[in-house]
Amino acid sequence: MKSGSNLEKILNSGKFAVTAELGPPKSANKEFVIKRAQILKNYVDATNLTDNQTAIVRMSSIAAARIVMDENVEPVIQITCRDRNRIAIQSDVLGAAALGIKNILCITGDHPRFGNHPDSKNVFDINSMQLISLLKMMRDEQKVLGGDVIKTPPKIFIGAAANPFIDSLESRIIRLEKKIKAGADFIQTQCIFDMNRFSEWMKIVEDKGLDRKTHILAGVTPIKSYNMAKYMAENVSGISVPPKILKRMESAKDPKEEGVNICIEIIEKLRKIKGIHGIHIMAIQWEEIIPEIVKRIGLYPRSKFDRELCTNW
Amino acid sequence: MIVADRKPIQEIMDMIGDCEKLLIVGCNACVAVCMAGGEKEVSELASLIKIAKRKQNKTIEITEQITERQCEEEFVKEIEKEIKNHDIILSMACGVGVQLIAKMYEGKLVYPALNTKFMGLPEEQGQWAETCAGCGDCKLADFGGICPVARCSKSLLNGPCGGSVDGKCEVDPENIECAWQLIYDKMKLLGQLDKLLKIEPAKSWKTSRDGGPRKVIKEEVRL
Repeated sequence: MKSGSNLEKILNSGKFAVTAELGPPKSANKEFVIKRAQILKNYVDATNLTDNQTAIVRMSSIAAARIVMDENVEPVIQITCRDRNRIAIQSDVLGAAALGIKNILCITGDHPRFGNHPDSKNVFDINSMQLISLLKMMRDEQKVLGGDVIKTPPKIFIGAAANPFIDSLESRIIRLEKKIKAGADFIQTQCIFDMNRFSEWMKIVEDKGLDRKTHILAGVTPIKSYNMAKYMAENVSGISVPPKILKRMESAKDPKEEGVNICIEIIEKLRKIKGIHGIHIMAIQWEEIIPEIVKRIGLYPRSKFDRELCTNW
Repeated sequence: MIVADRKPIQEIMDMIGDCEKLLIVGCNACVAVCMAGGEKEVSELASLIKIAKRKQNKTIEITEQITERQCEEEFVKEIEKEIKNHDIILSMACGVGVQLIAKMYEGKLVYPALNTKFMGLPEEQGQWAETCAGCGDCKLADFGGICPVARCSKSLLNGPCGGSVDGKCEVDPENIECAWQLIYDKMKLLGQLDKLLKIEPAKSWKTSRDGGPRKVIKEEVRL
């Protein structure tokens, strides 16, 4: 066991994992986090806490993670390289581990241009690839990047992101290979609507045996409305929404229900792919739909290895 | 070359304030090539300032001068007489030139008329692009001659990130090419795509600005 996290145990046991995403509030509202944790509790194996996503100031992912742990939900904290240099990141990793956080997803981070502080200095001292290597070094070699020994190293299950929908396919595969080589124990993908492109990517992944070297969790997002689908298709880099899905959303009598139906159809297809070890549900500001999705795809109830998270710290 | 761009006229007017006798000093090096601070631009700015003053019902006496290279003392000394004859000097050189005049003539007010932007290349008529970040530890050999430090919006050494779409950077798709798409295309052309499988380790930024202001010392030529 690298971290002993619930997510690691689920994946190692060969069970199909379910993770979700929880975006911390743009305020100090603890109740906001508690409410969402209570919705997700028992329906997911762990939930990601995003790190100032889209470069908008939000409650820190580590603080929010600690709050969800009090609700008995296991956190995966996301760490971006945008706002902190290697000193601050390593300090946060040690602090997070001391609070009992065991899963960390390493990402580069959205450029500040897109957030509410476009004038800020972006850091990018290290990038996601180097962050993965760094966490592995801290955990396995018990050293910080500068070489000093860590007497009590952080036990972390290391995650990374993958986006199969960006050109070129070649570069996306090389990037995945590099992340695995750097030490990614699990991968969460960008949300999948375009099954053709995803299958194409996945075939190369399986042919290269990459799915046996890491655990790939396929990202899905239930769409709430036609406008949301259109917005994602037109404005969000790295998300591909096929015209067929746009049409279905446009003509749906009950768009929310149609969005869930589409999401479930995609999950059913994903579950048939051997190299997929779980799903990662990113229900953007729609966490309350997650229990229904998990129930409808027959993944409820969840096995739980770590029932009492709070006793771990 | 060093690429610069003239400040808005209003900002320049605010800087010079009530000045009635002004010396504008252009530079014949990089900023002349990038059409920001050469002879033509000096004369253009002098006219604009005069017009702005006239609108305020004020007059100003402007002297125009050009240095061959404003970053070297010997060239600045060539116009010393004019500098000494003025209290306010508006430099149309890069930030290096402005600072040299300020250093050489301590009692003078030396103002920058340009915003110094970057080291870059002309791409097409009237357009220049940032190309080198002067990081002090050149890795162009590893990236097919395309610098990710200067040309990737996130200076990623293991790119591309998720913001690369159709070869463009999401930060400004109209104007920024994804440096990592260019690197991949180039490495493929060179038959070196496998080189990109190497995980570039965390970069030492101490050779860059992060190590503090830098100096280059060549012992063999020092007296």
